[in-house]
Amino acid sequence: MTTRESQDGRTGYGWPARLHVVTGKGGTGKTTVAGALALALARDGRRTLLIEVEARQGIAQLFDRDPLPYQELRIATASGGGEVRALAVDAEEALLEYLEMFYRLGVAGRALRKVGAVDFATTVAPGLRDVLLTGKIKEAVTRTVDGRRVYDAVVLDAPPTGRIGRFLNVTAETARLAKVGPIKTQSEGVAAILRSPMTAVHVVTLLEEMPVQESADAIDELTRLGIPIGTVIVNATRPPVLAGAKVTQADLRRGLTAAGLAADKETLAGLAGEAKAYQTRVAAEASLRADLQGLGRPVVELPVLPGGVTAQSLESLGDLLLTSA
Amino acid sequence: MGTPKLDVDAILADPAIRIVVCCGSGGVGKTTTAAALAVRAAERHGRRTVVLTIDPARRLAQALGLTELDNTPRMVKGLQPDSAELQAMMLDMKRTFDEVVLEHTDPKRAEEIFANPFYQAMSSTFSGTQEYMAMEKLGQLRAREEWDLIVVDTPPSRSALDFLDAPARLSRFLDGKMLRLLLAPARAGGRSVFNLVSASFGLFSRTVTKILGAQLLTDLSGFVGALDSMFGGFRERAEQTYRVLQAPETAFLVVAAPEPDAVREAVYFAGRLAADRMPLAGLVLNRVVAVPAAGLAADDARAAAERLDELGGHPATAEVLRVHAELADQRDRQAAVSGRFLRAHPGVPVVKIPAQPADVHDLDGLRSIGTSF
Ligand SMILES: Nc1ncnc2c1ncn2[C@@H]1O[C@H](COP(=O)(O)OP(=O)(O)OP(=O)(O)O)[C@@H](O)[C@H]1O
Ligand SMILES: Nc1ncnc2c1ncn2[C@@H]1O[C@H](COP(=O)(O)OP(=O)(O)OP(=O)(O)O)[C@@H](O)[C@H]1O
Ligand SMILES: [Mg+2]
Ligand SMILES: [Mg+2]
Repeated sequence: MTTRESQDGRTGYGWPARLHVVTGKGGTGKTTVAGALALALARDGRRTLLIEVEARQGIAQLFDRDPLPYQELRIATASGGGEVRALAVDAEEALLEYLEMFYRLGVAGRALRKVGAVDFATTVAPGLRDVLLTGKIKEAVTRTVDGRRVYDAVVLDAPPTGRIGRFLNVTAETARLAKVGPIKTQSEGVAAILRSPMTAVHVVTLLEEMPVQESADAIDELTRLGIPIGTVIVNATRPPVLAGAKVTQADLRRGLTAAGLAADKETLAGLAGEAKAYQTRVAAEASLRADLQGLGRPVVELPVLPGGVTAQSLESLGDLLLTSA
Repeated sequence: MGTPKLDVDAILADPAIRIVVCCGSGGVGKTTTAAALAVRAAERHGRRTVVLTIDPARRLAQALGLTELDNTPRMVKGLQPDSAELQAMMLDMKRTFDEVVLEHTDPKRAEEIFANPFYQAMSSTFSGTQEYMAMEKLGQLRAREEWDLIVVDTPPSRSALDFLDAPARLSRFLDGKMLRLLLAPARAGGRSVFNLVSASFGLFSRTVTKILGAQLLTDLSGFVGALDSMFGGFRERAEQTYRVLQAPETAFLVVAAPEPDAVREAVYFAGRLAADRMPLAGLVLNRVVAVPAAGLAADDARAAAERLDELGGHPATAEVLRVHAELADQRDRQAAVSGRFLRAHPGVPVVKIPAQPADVHDLDGLRSIGTSF
């Protein structure tokens, strides 16, 4: 772990941004990667905030906790000391907080919520919802106490690739809806942070056609919007063994016999079939890997965890993120 | 063990079945399965078929001849010579929404609605719009009576339940009661249950005006006013399609991958279909790993690979043995995970589709998935 000394700002290792937005096609491992990154960046006495915005309670599931309230709570301790806090941002809560802050609309706000008006206001205008969510994120990123930043890094378990551009490009959406007023001012402030070097959008993908395609599309879109792209994270990879090797049944027979296994016809044919299928997949993966390299962003690979994601494996994914970026 | 096998071919061949719906959580293979079912229905069972796909992978769309995005069915080419006609379409939710608006209002009103920023936001981004429009399109296709069988793919929602829930949510939403309250707090007074909070509504709308500006409220008000004439239409149509989904002419297939999240979703969804009296035909377990050398245990293979490492001279066999061991482990994990569904819904028939070595993006790939049926 030489990275710390050589490249470390207060923001951490080879991950220079302060706001890490983790997107990717659905199910590729956004929540897992965001969790691993938040843990890794909290090492050695730092503090990070892991945020989710889609009311999924994915963070609670990942860390095996009860559903998170709208509060920043410690959810894990990083190695070498340091803490990860988590926050499930809720658009309604954020609107109430906002109304309270600017208009002191406390009790009346709660009453509105009871009849569903707040839910309504946050859903009728998707742009408004995104302004509120990203506004909260900006607040956490820039929050200071006694002149010091509260969080060394904020990691966002973001909406999937299909919605990320719209989510992060809040100004455009709100400019259409709100042409003047505090909402507009607020969304401009958010947009400025999202376009600054403080932000990096990391894209999680699998070595499968659709996630790779969507990653490329999202990177295109975000680049056009002027939002900085960070790292491409290839999740759940398998070792590319047997690539290009010619495996005949005769080889297998000799090998099995040498290992003291029965080399009957079915086993031989079966193994040869398995090897061929694996090679087909490895070849397809190699070409997808090349596509990803062609995107011109740093690429980090994370292995498939045969036993699934656990506290321990999350830590080891974090190791890989730190050392290979 | 005692799980009945889902006879997909019997469903596809049954003239009484007119609609097959493929549901499931994100990424499990709904679109692939729907396309494979449609190809099989046309080629093997001679049924004039249309498949309604949602966001197919680019190459799959090309294979189905879906290069133009015109929101109407297109003939699929390259089928076997004795096949029945197969058409495919890709749902364009914004266009479908526009069509509904056009049908329910006069052209001038429709223009106003299309120009409204709230309509634009809702027709393209509102969550639930896609589900609603998929149902709407299904209703339209069914009404045309041009096909023996309609195969429906469902949107890539995180939850399979969204397909059933979102339309109702959206039509409640379009009902606009809340919105009208918001805009006209005075009208909400009187005997309304909202009497209690009408004071805060006044405050709220003043606040909203302050925060958002008057232009936004004007747009919002225009949106509600314009949609007002259409509320009934939306609700009625959603309810009508819902009834078609409950009819015996429909078969629901729940698609799941043998992974914890997907199986959990499938369990919920199967329960929900039963509660809503919708006809669940069975579970399609997709991407099941096959282990051709089934007789060789994972641990034995791993131990043998290690012996070969020490011995030297058989590197390829050692790798193959490790690949085999991983595969056998994965098969066991998948079996354990799918066991959860089978225990929760013991009578539900199941069919397994093997994981293909590469992505499925041409007719041959779809046919080879079809052979599992
Ligand atoms: N490297 C890995 N090895 C094995 N399993 C993994 C790995 N990464 C993620 N998973 C598993 O894959 C599933 C999906 O991961 P995760 O929930 O992080 O994805 P996501 O992109 O957040 O999904 P969604 O789009 O549903 O929010 C989970 O069950 C997770 O445990
Ligand atoms: N049996 C299979 N073997 C190998 N690959 C498969 C199999 N079934 C589907 N795939 C691949 O998995 C990917 C996802 O499949 P598909 O698009 O059908 O899923 P989906 O459920 O429609 O996803 P979404 O929820 O995003 O719409 C595609 O790239 C497809 O080629
Ligand atoms: Mg997630
Ligand atoms: Mg799909």
